[in-house]
Amino acid sequence: MEALFFWIVATGLIAAALAVIFNRNPVASALFLATTFVFLACVFITLEAFFLAVVQIIVYAGAVMVLFLFIIMLLDIKAEAKRPIPFGKILLVLALSLVFAFFFGKVLTDLPTGQTLLQWNVHGAPKQDAKEIGMVLFTNYTLVFGTTAVLLLVATIGVILLSKREVK
Amino acid sequence: MNVFTEITLNHYLALSGLLFMIGLAGVMIRRSILVIYMCLELMLNAANLALVAFNRFHVKPGGIHDYDGQIMVFMIITVAAAEVAVGLALIVSLYRLRQTTNVNDLNALKF
Repeated sequence: MEALFFWIVATGLIAAALAVIFNRNPVASALFLATTFVFLACVFITLEAFFLAVVQIIVYAGAVMVLFLFIIMLLDIKAEAKRPIPFGKILLVLALSLVFAFFFGKVLTDLPTGQTLLQWNVHGAPKQDAKEIGMVLFTNYTLVFGTTAVLLLVATIGVILLSKREVK
Repeated sequence: MNVFTEITLNHYLALSGLLFMIGLAGVMIRRSILVIYMCLELMLNAANLALVAFNRFHVKPGGIHDYDGQIMVFMIITVAAAEVAVGLALIVSLYRLRQTTNVNDLNALKF
């Protein structure tokens, strides 16, 4: 049952991701990107990372996608024109895919197999993962958390500076 | 062990790698700077998926589970949100200067 859910969600994830890069219309791309994020949240649920699944939907499918769609509408971007793909680029993509497939296969064959989801459930999984994450975040990672706050402040000021018009 | 009914760490890593590759292909074949940006988000999400999967399958002796990987993903999501805001502001100011978002038209450092 869990395996079936994984396969459905994984297929949807890859299909939505492919739709992102093959749609010429940027609005369609953005909507498929939102679909990808929702499917990824489902994959997080299969990994029992419930808190991250919710954060994924709120931050990515909510905030980030609204930003993308807002900018697309603001700039009034048209669909990309059809054009032939240069031969050199196809070669580059093929070469990169081969390199990637080589390292990928090497990693997968070197990993110990047999680590299934069941193995963890035997030990008894903690179910309140938001609480657990909060505990770790505010004890071991307090400095990182504070730094993130500074980063968000800097990003906010930077965006305001970038987008304000010059006053003559 | 059946590869279809038993989901292992390898399945998640394969999914993550595939997602990363799709994002990389998108960065290379698309010409609109906004769509390239979306593909960057795809690659970030692929990395997140790998981190969550490793975190899930990492069990300390005694069955204790730690959340360090999920904290890392949490931070990546935060940084990605900030990065999207800054990047889109840059794209908007670029569009104001050049009236285009096609990367083929953006080939000069200064004009």
